[in-house]
Amino acid sequence: MKILVAVKRVVDHNVRIRVRPDLSGVETENVRMSMNPFDKHAVEAAVQLAEAGKADEIVIVSIGPKQANDVILTALAMGAHRGILVEAAEKLETLAIAKLLKAVADEEKPDLILLGKQAVDDDSNHVGQMLAGLLDWPQATFASEIKAGDGALEVTREVDFGRATVSVSLPAIVTADLRLNTPRNAALPMVMKARQKPLAVRPLADFAVDVAPRLVIEKVSPPAERPGGRKAGDVGELAGIIAAELKELEAL
Amino acid sequence: MATLVLADHDLGQLSPATARIVAAAAQLGAPVDVLVAGAGVDAVASCAAAIEGVAKVRVAQSQALATLSPEALTTLLLTLAPQYDAIVAGSAAVGRDAMPRLAAKLDLMPVTDIVAVHGPGRFDRPIYAGNAIETVASSQAKNVLTIRAAAFRPAGQGGPAPIEAIDASDVSALARFVAAHRTESDVPDLATAQIVVGGGVSVGSAEGFKLIEKLAHQLGAAVGATRAAVDAGYAPNDWQVGQTGKIIAPDLYIAIGISGALQHLAGIQGAKKIIAINTDPEAPLVKIADVALIGDLFTIVPALIADLEKQGIRP
Ligand SMILES: Cc1cc2nc3c(=O)[nH]c(=O)nc-3n(C[C@H](O)[C@H](O)[C@H](O)COP(=O)(O)OP(=O)(O)OC[C@H]3O[C@@H](n4cnc5c(N)ncnc54)[C@H](O)[C@@H]3O)c2cc1C
Ligand SMILES: Cc1cc2nc3c(=O)[nH]c(=O)nc-3n(C[C@H](O)[C@H](O)[C@H](O)COP(=O)(O)OP(=O)(O)OC[C@H]3O[C@@H](n4cnc5c(N)ncnc54)[C@H](O)[C@@H]3O)c2cc1C
Repeated sequence: MKILVAVKRVVDHNVRIRVRPDLSGVETENVRMSMNPFDKHAVEAAVQLAEAGKADEIVIVSIGPKQANDVILTALAMGAHRGILVEAAEKLETLAIAKLLKAVADEEKPDLILLGKQAVDDDSNHVGQMLAGLLDWPQATFASEIKAGDGALEVTREVDFGRATVSVSLPAIVTADLRLNTPRNAALPMVMKARQKPLAVRPLADFAVDVAPRLVIEKVSPPAERPGGRKAGDVGELAGIIAAELKELEAL
Repeated sequence: MATLVLADHDLGQLSPATARIVAAAAQLGAPVDVLVAGAGVDAVASCAAAIEGVAKVRVAQSQALATLSPEALTTLLLTLAPQYDAIVAGSAAVGRDAMPRLAAKLDLMPVTDIVAVHGPGRFDRPIYAGNAIETVASSQAKNVLTIRAAAFRPAGQGGPAPIEAIDASDVSALARFVAAHRTESDVPDLATAQIVVGGGVSVGSAEGFKLIEKLAHQLGAAVGATRAAVDAGYAPNDWQVGQTGKIIAPDLYIAIGISGALQHLAGIQGAKKIIAINTDPEAPLVKIADVALIGDLFTIVPALIADLEKQGIRP
């Protein structure tokens, strides 16, 4: 089985976000960037499938600026075989990302495409589902467990009522949730080895995909601030506050 | 034209989120139809018909739709799309799963997780775990949207609106449903609950979470948990609140032994009042709470339960 994994370079999830004073967006200059956390779980899942003898090639794809090479290298160090960077200077909408990934999939013909369930910057939670729609493949999103069978996968998904297991025949799209596995940290020798692995840089123009934005972002504002309140002295006082709150809610 | 709302339902019951999604959809300014898709959903359809502002309910029933698979829902919605200029779902699992797939098929860019509607094509949505709010404008011929139910007040009772059956015989699912693993509990729906009691990893065990559940039961509240508590196996995954769990907007949130990591705060920004119980006065959640009590949850919570009971507060 050949696996394609999509990874995105995002502002590190530990960075405190600041909205630019002119409301044009979020400050991304000179902030720490790293691989989207969900994508690490997707890469780990692919590497585990290879280690179990179920997959023979793992191709990593990222769409973004030159610097997105870093996150591809991280994935190669984790055990993927080769990388493709679709170089795009500007930020693209999820529809354009999905169309570009479809173009890559048409060339690579993978049996399985793994993605993160969402990216922690735009939090869209779109790309996997859109790609599945464009390819007309079955989708299993928010995966917390993957079992590979013959020509099919059994995927357990995190849903509103708990978990649900579905079986999808290949080729298929699976998006990773955080409980899927524990991503490995690549040891230094693996990081060195990753630099020898093939990494193709492809300009956006290589793909006949219309990436013109459909939406206009008018502004990006900071959320309303919470001023914070007071300390209760003891349990009795807290119970009184809760009881008063309940009365007020009942009156509504 | 009109707006189509995909009804949210489970186990033959209409979810309380639907009345909120209808209220948000009504702000688009066009008549609102509700689509009830599934199998054995007649009762769901009658409940949907009783929501104020619903023009008509369309019911599509087939075995392929029973588990609301995204492939089957997309096929169905594609046949209805020409009749609507907006197709709207809640941003819970079913909507998150199906709406982007549908949008891609229609060559549209969806707008998801909407928390405010400023007109038929202008919306607010949170990004970066709610640390910023994006105002987006869409001038697409059609819009595919998901709504954060918790951000809107529910529509009242009205109708009943007419109910019409539609043919869903040629809808099929691509993925095969194997099994549902449900969390057994009778607590209110987390996403729309008025009161939520949340526990963190410091609760220490699944046994310890019984204490959190007991307080919740006493207050008629839903139970929430941090990702750390879920990962540790103390609480089921569908209790997780936050960026990657459920988004809640209760009138009262009681956070017990929760530090307030930004990924958790992302899920509780809509809470009207926050009460925190924590040993650490410097915890971020204590700093944003309206009221905080500093101390050990294992002594505070049992005392609180007893005290509230003395005041006549019991389930
Ligand atoms: C003008 C404009 C308007 C926009 N308006 C909206 C809007 O209204 N609603 C909205 O939701 N978004 C909007 N966006 C945001 C835009 O869609 C995202 O920045 C981008 O397309 C990726 O979305 P995401 O990271 O949230 O993807 P998600 O769907 O959250 O990502 C899921 C997975 O897809 C893969 N993936 C995502 N991006 C890449 C990539 N670059 N390379 C490789 N793999 C990737 C990863 O595996 C990731 O884990 C807008 C952007 C622009 C420029
Ligand atoms: C990509 C990503 C997504 C994530 N998504 C989510 C999400 O959706 N939801 C979520 O919750 N987290 C999420 N997280 C995890 C998040 O970053 C935090 O790790 C998590 O919220 C911490 O949970 P906690 O408050 O239970 O634990 P901790 O941060 O360990 O806090 C424990 C708190 O309990 C207090 N305490 C300890 N003992 C006691 C006692 N006896 N009595 C009273 N108080 C006590 C401590 O002072 C501390 O404040 C995500 C992380 C990542 C990287």
